[in-house]
Amino acid sequence: MSGVRVLVGTHKGAFVLTSDGKRKKWDISGPYFAGWEIYHVKGSPADPNRLYASQTSGWFGQVVQRSNDGGKTWETAGNKFVYDGIPGTHQWYDGTPHPWEFKRVWHFEPALHDPDTVYAGVEDAALFQTTDGGRNWQELSGLRGHGSGPRWQPGGGGLCLHTIVLDPSNSRMFIAISAAGVFRSDDGGRSWQPRNQGLGSNFLPDPSADVGHCVHHIAVHQSRPDVLFMQKHWDVMRSDNAGESWQEVSGNLPSDFGFAIDVHAHEPETIYVVPIKSDSEHYPPDGKLRVYRSRTGGNEWEALTNGLPQQDCYVNVLRDAMAVDSLDECGVYFGTTGGQVYASNDAGDTWAPIARDLPAVFSVEVQTLE
Amino acid sequence: MIRVVLPAHLRTLARVDGEVQLEVRGEVTQRSVLDELEARYPTLCGTMRDHVTKQRRAFVRFFACEQDLSHESPDTPLPDRVAKGAEPFLVVGAIAGG
Repeated sequence: MSGVRVLVGTHKGAFVLTSDGKRKKWDISGPYFAGWEIYHVKGSPADPNRLYASQTSGWFGQVVQRSNDGGKTWETAGNKFVYDGIPGTHQWYDGTPHPWEFKRVWHFEPALHDPDTVYAGVEDAALFQTTDGGRNWQELSGLRGHGSGPRWQPGGGGLCLHTIVLDPSNSRMFIAISAAGVFRSDDGGRSWQPRNQGLGSNFLPDPSADVGHCVHHIAVHQSRPDVLFMQKHWDVMRSDNAGESWQEVSGNLPSDFGFAIDVHAHEPETIYVVPIKSDSEHYPPDGKLRVYRSRTGGNEWEALTNGLPQQDCYVNVLRDAMAVDSLDECGVYFGTTGGQVYASNDAGDTWAPIARDLPAVFSVEVQTLE
Repeated sequence: MIRVVLPAHLRTLARVDGEVQLEVRGEVTQRSVLDELEARYPTLCGTMRDHVTKQRRAFVRFFACEQDLSHESPDTPLPDRVAKGAEPFLVVGAIAGG
């Protein structure tokens, strides 16, 4: 019988939520790594029982955890993330040069066909790779080395590489950095080029500069890897040519600021965002928690409210805190900084909390189990 | 034997209860104690000091014999009572909270 496993990273530990295919009753296990910040937990598409978790602490730094049994038990993996060569500098908030310093792993992206190969997006922004299940990590330094690195600047959350998208049809990859933008590699991560044409950011001296944009998240449907959807600092965007150019599809959203964005598992033109009021007011407009769904790939949006709080709600939904399952009736999931995890087992028409009182949720990933 | 007291989070990581006892060859210094500690418990590498530079992490402190040794050179000999096992070497997470 099919089932679903939801991997939740929070401010004070990780939680694993499981259910059968009906997705009505949920078991919660955890906290794992109690007291530590868990930025991300993700399973391998090649081996769903292989999980990787980013465990971090301002006191004790970065720890990488690995599970071989779907999260029941864990072992530490390698945590040595050393930039390749002389790290150099990026831009600090005030525009002065600042040395590159490793702080934490924001995102793990396990390779599609090998459970031992994983990409890690880190702060200060760089891309690392392991090919031995996390024991050793090497920087894919072509990203920082392509030339624009000294012009990258941190967003409010730091200079973080937070999104990694792997093209299932070839060796193409996309990554996103706050605040540098989107970069694409066509050779498995060796060399990179910025792909930000069409983005506009008023906090830049040149709003349409080739780098410097605060991209919050990008999402792709596996069947159409040339079509990308983006939630930017402001603006929801799409690209129909693998990032060569972008166009705005914010349409009738009540606010086009936000962090999370995702694509329906079976409908490549159905996308989801959670509008947030503004860059300084990180909560839903009007105190109403609403997921917005577009069935037209953007521009035309409908509010999904059934089961979500519609008054006095002032939580945020962070960039990695939304995911979908691939059951016949697509499930949609998101976590809030108030510690709730909401799920819909009917593509967003109705919602229910599947966890109510966790620590602030940083990330939500979903595994559809056979 | 050198006695080391770890903070709770590092005890959990290393999967130890209570004090850790180490045999340190040669002079007993911060560096030699931490080297031995990391060799015994590799999972602690990087959690107290940088992997490469070996600099103490900013929010980690080293105490012994009611003294703060955090800012001593890592090669300064630790107090005799630590070297003889009469007093523990304490790894402490700097205070935070309200």
